[in-house]
Amino acid sequence: MRVAKHPILGDDKRERDACIVVDGNKVSAITGEPIAAALLAAGIRKFRVTPRFGNARGLFCGIGRCTDCVMTVDGQPNVRTCVTPVKDGMIVETQRGLGKWADEP
Amino acid sequence: MKTTLVAVIGAGPAGLAAAVEVARAGGQVTIIDENAKPGGQLFKQIHKFFGSREHMAGVRGFHIGEQLLAEIKKLNVEVLLDSPVYALFPDKTVGYIHHKKEVCLHAEKIIIASGASENALAFPGSTLPGVMGAGAAQTLINVNRVLPGKKILMIGSGNVGLIVSYQLMQAGADVLALIEAAPQIGGYGVHAAKIRRAGVPIHVSHTVKRVIGDDQVESVEIVELDSQWQPVASSEKILAVDTVCIAVGLTPLTELAWLMGCEFAYVPSLGGHVPKHDLNMETTVPGVFIAGDISGVEEASTAMEEGRLAGTACAEALGLFDREKARELKTIIWERMNALRTGPFGEGRRKAKDQLIGLSMGGHA
Repeated sequence: MRVAKHPILGDDKRERDACIVVDGNKVSAITGEPIAAALLAAGIRKFRVTPRFGNARGLFCGIGRCTDCVMTVDGQPNVRTCVTPVKDGMIVETQRGLGKWADEP
Repeated sequence: MKTTLVAVIGAGPAGLAAAVEVARAGGQVTIIDENAKPGGQLFKQIHKFFGSREHMAGVRGFHIGEQLLAEIKKLNVEVLLDSPVYALFPDKTVGYIHHKKEVCLHAEKIIIASGASENALAFPGSTLPGVMGAGAAQTLINVNRVLPGKKILMIGSGNVGLIVSYQLMQAGADVLALIEAAPQIGGYGVHAAKIRRAGVPIHVSHTVKRVIGDDQVESVEIVELDSQWQPVASSEKILAVDTVCIAVGLTPLTELAWLMGCEFAYVPSLGGHVPKHDLNMETTVPGVFIAGDISGVEEASTAMEEGRLAGTACAEALGLFDREKARELKTIIWERMNALRTGPFGEGRRKAKDQLIGLSMGGHA
């Protein structure tokens, strides 16, 4: 959910000028915002599952340190979504375990 | 190889303030930061700062950030963004990565202003999506303008827990409660009062027992603690929250100082292991300075003063000021810094910092 109105910051006038594809579904986003922000705004909280037990993980530290929020982005696994800016047309996938490169069998 | 006079690592309040001082003295300075935007954590601070007029009291954090960036721009300071520093070499070469390429930058002096990261807390369910650092939630609401959830439990009643709770409400979330393991509230009374006036209960002597949920937070079980910090039987309560924020302190980000071979001291009240430094913010490695949370977790206002001190000392060491002028400038900064380290919270920090500086200058703890 986005914070459209704010008592101190005012109205959010940014346009949702980008569209990213998350596990095959289109999600509207804002160019330059962290991928994680776009996902949470769309109500998506589970970003990956752990290698051995398949446990869900999502955003934790938000500053690129803990790597809990990594996903596969444009075919590259282990991308920290909390510090990686959205670009129009990005393909974002829930990562299973350590993930796979796009060209990996 | 690319060269500069002073390399500042980190474009947060400490790093920006340090760079301003070096540039004002006429020195070439390069700031390096891993983020896409400068400002560190200043731009998520939408509350007004404390202190006196010289400390910009009454000015909101993000406005202070804008002012610092305007100064940086005016002084033509080079700011390298999207450039994580991965190494510091003994000859003061800074290794960083930009656009997937390694770059080396040689500097005469280095100021490390890398900041701190939030502490985690382990409990059953602590890894579920929906459990996050309070600072992460603060960035989401105030910078990215996205709510992390609708119903929040805040763990920790220090200033971060109190302020972020209030800001979550300003952003439209419902904060169900704050819990604090200690028997008293950790942060300023003025912040706690705001939370309570908004009708949010602060449960002291309470901790989280577990977070319940399958793929994300669905509810949380809290429990009361006795005077021995042990759970009180049958005092469990279930709260229907979708988000749990953790505000249990920060730890200085010291990796680069360790890499440089700086000597450390363990000072729990400053956040753990911190590089020893003298009154000029210089570490035990000559020419390597630190400023801000890396030298002990405090606040943005003290971080800026430490940055100014490190920047001024660097400029002095490079011969950009004579000794008399430098002493005059540093005395003014120290007076402002000491004024910030007063009151029930500041006093403790001042003692801890004095202890750290004492240790570094050959004294005993």
